[in-house]
Amino acid sequence: MGGTDGADGAGGPQPVIELGDVHKTYGMDGTAVHALRGVSLTVPTGDYVAIMGASGSGKSTMMNIVGCLDVPTSGRYLLDGIEVEHLSDRQLALVRNRKIGFVFQSFNLLPRTSALDNVELPLVYAGVGTAERRRRAKAALELVGLGERLSHKPNELSGGQQQRVAVARALVTAPSLILADEPTGNLDSTSSADVMALFDRLHRAGRTIVLITHEHDIAEHAERAIRLMDGRIVSDERNGARGWLTDRRSAGKHESAGKHESAAKHGSLT
Amino acid sequence: MRIREVFRFAFAGLRANKLRSALTTLGILIGVGAVILLVAVGKGSGAQVQANINKLGTNLLTVSRQAGGFGQRAARNTGTQSSVSALTTADAQALVDPTNAPDVLTSSPVVTASPTATFSGATHQIAQLVGTVPAYFSATNWDLAEGSLITDDDVTGARKVIVIGQTVATDLFGTTMDPVGQRLQINSVPYTVEGVLKAKGSTGLNDADDFAVAPLTTVQDSLTGFGSLNQIVVEAKSASATTAAQDEITSILSARHHLKATASPDFRVLNQQSLLATSDSTTHTFTVLLGAVAAISLVVGGIGITNIMLVTVTERTREIGIRKALGAPRAAILGQFLIEAVLLSLIGGALGVAAGLIGTRFTVAGVKPVIVPASIALAFAVSALIGLFFGSFPANRAAKLHPIQALRHE
Repeated sequence: MGGTDGADGAGGPQPVIELGDVHKTYGMDGTAVHALRGVSLTVPTGDYVAIMGASGSGKSTMMNIVGCLDVPTSGRYLLDGIEVEHLSDRQLALVRNRKIGFVFQSFNLLPRTSALDNVELPLVYAGVGTAERRRRAKAALELVGLGERLSHKPNELSGGQQQRVAVARALVTAPSLILADEPTGNLDSTSSADVMALFDRLHRAGRTIVLITHEHDIAEHAERAIRLMDGRIVSDERNGARGWLTDRRSAGKHESAGKHESAAKHGSLT
Repeated sequence: MRIREVFRFAFAGLRANKLRSALTTLGILIGVGAVILLVAVGKGSGAQVQANINKLGTNLLTVSRQAGGFGQRAARNTGTQSSVSALTTADAQALVDPTNAPDVLTSSPVVTASPTATFSGATHQIAQLVGTVPAYFSATNWDLAEGSLITDDDVTGARKVIVIGQTVATDLFGTTMDPVGQRLQINSVPYTVEGVLKAKGSTGLNDADDFAVAPLTTVQDSLTGFGSLNQIVVEAKSASATTAAQDEITSILSARHHLKATASPDFRVLNQQSLLATSDSTTHTFTVLLGAVAAISLVVGGIGITNIMLVTVTERTREIGIRKALGAPRAAILGQFLIEAVLLSLIGGALGVAAGLIGTRFTVAGVKPVIVPASIALAFAVSALIGLFFGSFPANRAAKLHPIQALRHE
């Protein structure tokens, strides 16, 4: 095991995410692509983490594994104390439903389906009754400021509004982890600011949030930034002040997780 | 996760693409409707043939000459038909015999011709002119519409009188003139119309009412000559006595024609009851064939469901990805698409039943269809099964999609 990262000193009694020397390889021996080469990471409850990296750095793979959409080739992954790596398809679906709220770059709302029905969807798969479902979905939509647009279909909402519906959908099951994959990638700057303000508020309310992004100003909203390069974590910093990332462009501290070739020779991330 | 919710998603999926759903449903509708309608047509034509046979009389037997059956081949081999005796009026009279033929009620010698009748310029070729005796009418279920029937006196006196069928009457005399008492010419011989028969309707291709009856002796005199009879029409005492009557006729005629026990007979006795059974099996085959053709269209409709569901699954790959990411188990996705397919086929099946039932209210190709309840139940059940069977492949494909790939799908 690669051990916990240094930036996170204390941690709660039970970290939300605990990755131990996670490898992910796609394809067969000859043409194998090593997307993750030994990633170890602990995210305690209530943390607000940005995972950064250029395309091809392995951050999508990381997101898939953290989101239980994929399983690691080797290594350990504990989500909320549950060992995920050996779960069946059905159990993975259950874990996604109960433990994770997804926010995607392209919103991924069901077309021709009202905002309320979209937000209710994870509750349907959780087996929540109709009245209870409606009440919780309404509350979630009110929380993201869309209490007036319950019956609007996605094509009747702006991009920013759609993404807020998606955030409401991610919240509604009260998951242990909100996992956002480039949540502002398809939004203009105003809508981006709205959505990020929403994440900031959720963080203050004690939610655990993992953001996957390649934009510095988005990552700056987080309290912790993890940089990935070539399937390894190359830096893990904790701050919180505005603009704390912009002048730290080069790879910082190198995690000793993987004992392979050093990745330090790789320079700038942008 | 409740089954009710899966149904709700399936309905929403169908509503999202109404035209496509409607067209797919149409395929099943046509299949189910065709099965019900064609089986009903088959059944209807069978019933019609039976009704026609009944009209001829169920206790009817006809004796006709034959160089027949095996005898025909033998005759060809020997190059002679000399062993075939003629059917005579004496043969016919011998069949009415309370001791040797207790089951025979009446026996009527019959000669037939197809002469041309004229009446003041109107000409009509009578399809069948029968020369016979009065017993013939009751044996063959002919009823009189007006006038009177031929009497024994007419036969013994060889009077030139005739009883005509409805078609002959309307062709020669029109609808307004009363034919009774008029004189018409048959092959230039004048006949007096004694009566008009009630209509029997057409039996398939033949018009039973293109028909006339004259005294046996008259017809022999002027049209057919005094050779062999064409047939002897025998009326048994009851429908159940026809088999016994057939045996009695066979033994009497065999004796009269001096046939050895081993020789094949030179006459043939046709039993309406056995004709009924034959027609029954024929129409059964016919019905099965029609049903099979319709069943093929039902299967084609099922393939249409597979096709459209595959398109739907491909089109909605992203939706499937979203649902899976949000925690839909495989069974929920499988159920949703399977229910969509089954709903398509069930709705199609229900509409098909309705269409079939409406279709059977009309006369199809001259046949009044007779609904077979089992065909409705079967077609409907099969349509549901078709939805399950043909929907399972696309639904399974949807359920097996990997969430990551599904989410990436554009």
